[in-house]
Amino acid sequence: MNLEKQKQTPIFSALERFRKQRVVPFDVPGHKRGRGNPELVELLGERCVGIDVNSMKPLDNLCHPISVIKEAEELVADAFGAAHAFLMVGGTTSSVQGMVLSACKAGDKIILPRNVHKSAINALVLCGAIPVYIDPKVDKKLGIPLGMEIEDVRRAVEENKDAKAIFINNPTYYGICSDLKALVELAHEFGMLALVDEAHGTHLYFNRNLPVCAMAAGADMAAVSMHKSGGSLTQSSILLLGERMNERYVSQIINLTQTTSASYLLMASLDISRKNLALRGEESFEKVARLASYARDEINAIGGYYAYGKELINGGSIYDFDVTKLAVYTRDIGLAGIEVYDLLRDEYDIQIEFGDISNILAYISIGDRIQDIERLVGALADIKRLYAKDVTNVFISEYIAPIVAMTPQKAFYSPKETLPIKETVGRVCSEFVMCYPPGIPILAPGEVITKEIIDYIEFAKEKGCSMQGPESPDISQLNVIMD
Amino acid sequence: MNYWFSEMHTDNVKMSIRVENQLFSKKSDFQRIDVFDSPEFGKFITSDGSVIFSEKDEFVYDEMIVHVPMAVHPHVKRVLVIGGGDGGVARELAHYEEIESIDVVEPDEMFVEVCREFFPDNACGLSDPRVSVYYQDGLRFLRNRCDEYDLIINDATDPLGHTEGLFTKEFYGSCYKALHDDGIMVYQHGSPFFDEDEEPCRSMHRKAFLSFPISRVYQAHIPTCPAGYWLFGFGSKKYHPIDDLDISRWKARNIKTWYYTVNLHRGAFMLPKYVEDLLEEEEKNKKII
Repeated sequence: MNLEKQKQTPIFSALERFRKQRVVPFDVPGHKRGRGNPELVELLGERCVGIDVNSMKPLDNLCHPISVIKEAEELVADAFGAAHAFLMVGGTTSSVQGMVLSACKAGDKIILPRNVHKSAINALVLCGAIPVYIDPKVDKKLGIPLGMEIEDVRRAVEENKDAKAIFINNPTYYGICSDLKALVELAHEFGMLALVDEAHGTHLYFNRNLPVCAMAAGADMAAVSMHKSGGSLTQSSILLLGERMNERYVSQIINLTQTTSASYLLMASLDISRKNLALRGEESFEKVARLASYARDEINAIGGYYAYGKELINGGSIYDFDVTKLAVYTRDIGLAGIEVYDLLRDEYDIQIEFGDISNILAYISIGDRIQDIERLVGALADIKRLYAKDVTNVFISEYIAPIVAMTPQKAFYSPKETLPIKETVGRVCSEFVMCYPPGIPILAPGEVITKEIIDYIEFAKEKGCSMQGPESPDISQLNVIMD
Repeated sequence: MNYWFSEMHTDNVKMSIRVENQLFSKKSDFQRIDVFDSPEFGKFITSDGSVIFSEKDEFVYDEMIVHVPMAVHPHVKRVLVIGGGDGGVARELAHYEEIESIDVVEPDEMFVEVCREFFPDNACGLSDPRVSVYYQDGLRFLRNRCDEYDLIINDATDPLGHTEGLFTKEFYGSCYKALHDDGIMVYQHGSPFFDEDEEPCRSMHRKAFLSFPISRVYQAHIPTCPAGYWLFGFGSKKYHPIDDLDISRWKARNIKTWYYTVNLHRGAFMLPKYVEDLLEEEEKNKKII
């Protein structure tokens, strides 16, 4: 990484130059630097609406970058150790779709763990690829899906030598990492692409003590959520390419679904965040790791909670652990994670990332301060004091192996009917069901509905998880394929 | 020279104090601290641009937050002061001989040093042999304390600044736990006059009301506070702030005060109608624990 060059911010600087020129706009957007929408200016401020501008020669064009956006992308590639990088404005969902659509077309197989984000399966609906799922091992106590074990993947690869790619989710929401290098080598051994969903891993590129990142492991593509740990605006993301990829083709794929009016607010935020990461990432994430580790120790000292860390590492399904993640197992105080999540928000004015059946996840980042950590720990201690219950009704595992009856695309577009959920056992589902967050499907289009799955959905609903996916808003009904 | 310090009390209201000199300015890990000298208020100290106290009016605040609970609780031995790094509260507490220990918990060491240098009349309170100063986060200090104190004074002023954590449900809960069965907690309750400040004030009462069986609010006039008007909260497990006020006992102590009197003590709990109304609304809105 060229540190001198990383001090530059080509998009941000171009916007500054443009602002000073005071160009009279006879182009879109129609709010014309906010003058046509005073309330918006009141909300966002003049500086913000002033740079909400259209693509034009001095500002380049994201669909076909030749000047400042191209430079910004080259700087991203340099900072992340990639052969090529794309700035993305459709969230990491668009980066994930870019990967899957670049690797597969209709009828191609792709090997992926079941605990992928819905964006990956949505990409399969778009392109018609066939998923070959690998059961992620589940930690029996914590109820969380783990990483991919090499032997499982090798078995799947050998049984599906025609597969085009292996899709790896690393690190998981909970901070679990797989043996990324070995997985990439395995993919390459069989001529497959290694695609990495690194939505929760931007910071891995900028701190030497954290688990290995996708580009360093030799992956072919990685979808990186800059807006999560990287500090850019929500919805901005990047897609990284390794040496083996043809960036012209990937660019065409991205342009199939990408907006032609990319927001300069998002792109400028990527530009600035990349600079900050390159120049200060090492120390920033050192601090984040320190805060998370302090929080873990303090939470574990309360008793009854289990904030897990590197002690989970087992050489296989938990090959490494991202210590910046703060996930806490709550069942030993008799409360589901989602119950603690709700209490934190409703009673203590603390919003955490998510709560699932057994865990909560608090997102620790470069914006956190020690006094906020103290509030979180203090609130957890108070929740234990006031709300702890006897431990009952332990739901052993959250992972239910799917039975794939047809491709997600075929299921999505097949004729379907709507049935009360209780009457759907044995039928093929045509829609997603998931708790959001984390947005990992319980059912995906094309999968057989079982009694076990319905019980799980009912349990999650009863505990207050936010359920998403189906047409029926209260998940009392499901769409299934007509027999 | 026309040199003014200004603090925005709302977007539309500004309080300004003519300043002779700026004596100190530095950023700590927690806040930016400035000290000014002024003709009207003497020296005053600010945190991130908000006045914390001035030489001229600190007596109101320190006397009201200490003497009110001390005139009620019959046998205070152990006191915890959260915040209070300036020493003013400790100074008032030092008048009481029956107190055995005063723990002052202040996260910002620089704040204490600055007060020692520029406000020796307050900071002298920290030199009392019964005082121990802990440079720690208040919430953290309280987390593992159980049944240890007779009186807890939350001396932090700003529910929106770096002391935000001391105005939360977990804080009131931790205080409740750290107090003996007849313990009292007093805290800053903000100023209810301006619209912007009303919600924090309501929320404080809601949380304290849920945490303590007896939860009352009293008032004082403090010129550098927003609208010159300030409230204090009185949360108690057993003693009522007026019914259990022991007038003769307090008078017998012969403590010299400039603001507090036992008459004023009773009067301070008589609140304006609009304040009474908003507090009562919160009491009715209480959620079930």
